[in-house]
Amino acid sequence: MAPISLRKLNKTYGALTVVHDIDLEIADKEFIILVGPSGCGKSTTLRMIAGLEEISGGELVIGGDLVNDVPSKDRDIAMVFQNYALYPHMTVYKNMAFGLMLRKAAREEIDRKVTEAARILDIEHLLNRKPKALSGGQRQRVALGRAMVRNPEVFLLDEPLSNLDAKLRGTMRAEIAKLHKRLNATFIYVTHDQIEAMTMADRIVVMKDGHIQQVDTPQILYDHPVNMFVAGFIGAPQMNMLTTTITRTEQGFAARFAGQDLVLPRHLDPRLIAPYEGREVVLGLRPEQFYERAPADIAAENLMEIETLVELTEPMGSEVHLGLTWSGTAITAKLSARCKAREGERLALAVDMSGVHLFDPETQRSLFAPEPVRREMAA
Amino acid sequence: MARKPLRLFGHRVHLQTVIAYLLAIAITIVMLLPFAWMLSASLKLDRDVFAFPIEWIPSAPRWQNYVDIWTRIPLALFIYNTTKLTVIVTLLQLFTSSFAAYAFAKLRFAYREVLFLAYIATIAMPWQVYMVPQFLEMRALGLNNTHLALICLQAFTAFGVFLMRQFYMSIPDELCEAARIDGMNEYQIWFRIMLPLSKPALSTLTIFTFVSTWNDFLGPLIYLTKTELKTIQIGIRMFITQYSTEYGLIMAASIVSLIPVLIVFLALQRFFVEGIASSGLKG
Repeated sequence: MAPISLRKLNKTYGALTVVHDIDLEIADKEFIILVGPSGCGKSTTLRMIAGLEEISGGELVIGGDLVNDVPSKDRDIAMVFQNYALYPHMTVYKNMAFGLMLRKAAREEIDRKVTEAARILDIEHLLNRKPKALSGGQRQRVALGRAMVRNPEVFLLDEPLSNLDAKLRGTMRAEIAKLHKRLNATFIYVTHDQIEAMTMADRIVVMKDGHIQQVDTPQILYDHPVNMFVAGFIGAPQMNMLTTTITRTEQGFAARFAGQDLVLPRHLDPRLIAPYEGREVVLGLRPEQFYERAPADIAAENLMEIETLVELTEPMGSEVHLGLTWSGTAITAKLSARCKAREGERLALAVDMSGVHLFDPETQRSLFAPEPVRREMAA
Repeated sequence: MARKPLRLFGHRVHLQTVIAYLLAIAITIVMLLPFAWMLSASLKLDRDVFAFPIEWIPSAPRWQNYVDIWTRIPLALFIYNTTKLTVIVTLLQLFTSSFAAYAFAKLRFAYREVLFLAYIATIAMPWQVYMVPQFLEMRALGLNNTHLALICLQAFTAFGVFLMRQFYMSIPDELCEAARIDGMNEYQIWFRIMLPLSKPALSTLTIFTFVSTWNDFLGPLIYLTKTELKTIQIGIRMFITQYSTEYGLIMAASIVSLIPVLIVFLALQRFFVEGIASSGLKG
């Protein structure tokens, strides 16, 4: 059992604080992903958990034990590095066996574990090669194998896929997710790629400037981002942010943008919107909320007609991304590949208002996020 | 406009390449000429050594010079002494340099950069400035006229530490971190990860140290006065007497003393050009 608690964890370099009082509870066997832009402190946090970075303040508890001053090797963790960090002068077998040899494991046990890991990762035929004779994907597997043979309670993965090409990354994503189920261990994974985070994680920790922004399941992060940063970070292409004014209309509250009243859906709590009447709010619309022809399952009352000008078309095959201007504001829409709009043409679109987000422009927080949403994972 | 390539022995070559080669050949000849002269002189009688014009290939090579050098002075003993000193000093330098360099490159401790800079600054201090106080110190320690004095003085080298540190800096920190998580302590990381990866740097340092210790003249001259302790470089001086200098024998002994240096250099020079071992990392 290895639940991990980060309590008011922080990291400073002289006067510079890179991780600010982070609180995080990670359940046993959870797959948790730390995500955020470069310099947000996600790797530093992981390295503190690994014991590679000294903890400047706060407590790190693994499996009930305070491990702030416990050396890496005694924390029952294994780590996969971004550049794999395989020992160049050792064969694949030795790379994987080395940790066990240092722990004076029996030769038969080492052999059994290495062979087993190699079989799972499909690298049995590579055991006698040196790392330089392997491709990127193979090195990645060896790095995973080196972590697996140790049979640790916690796997730490620091951007393990960022050096692979797009196709291989997709394959390895699925394999790592499978591996997590099979190994029954806690995975803590760092990435700046929100697709990796969305597809693999039980829960995602979104970080910015050394602070945790939101911790939740991928779907909740997507549906209910607590602030503009999370809203912009999760989802691709990015959410469109429009500065609007809240007005009261016959149908209820509306967000006025460029003289048009975009009626807000009824399920949004009017008590939380009322204080903003007559004030500016930021309206968040995901590119997926735009339609050329709205599907029948969206209630007519939630659909708004808008007029746009097509500036750019990016065909993706299955869909098309349009760069549009809507009353002088640039927005992005994701439409079905059937859309034949050309650059320079006018295009009428329907907006599905049922999924809108509203943010306070000063605090940047969602009007509907009471306190940072926390949901504990059922272990 | 690109210049038209010339045709030379059926190959297309550019004029710049031809000039570069000619220049390189000319410089090579100038560099090798003294060696050729030395080799030629080693097969001559003293009176013929400075004869002009130079007879590059002696009409009657005097092979006897190569026999005489072993009997006229205890050359074998000198070679033994030099070998002993050189091997011990080289091994010690490799050990101390790589050990200190690991700390300067991969460990974090207070005043690391300042200490390193201070140590490196000693390279700029010419030995002549402090060789006399150093000698007095060694004499006070009772090490005058011992090989140990030279070994102690030459076991540490700021240059070696600098060379090794630069190399270690190019080895990614993640390798050390992976090793720490695998359960190694710093000594094990140095011995089992860093040393095997630093063959090119160790070879370079071996060449530098071996050659400079083997050819060292001033050190043994100051510290070793007893004949049985002398190294080959000062031993050869025994061919210079008050009334005569036996150039033929000096050149023959010099040729003999050159052989080990050549062997070491040729054995290790391929590492000079070898790149750093980063093949286990992203590629």
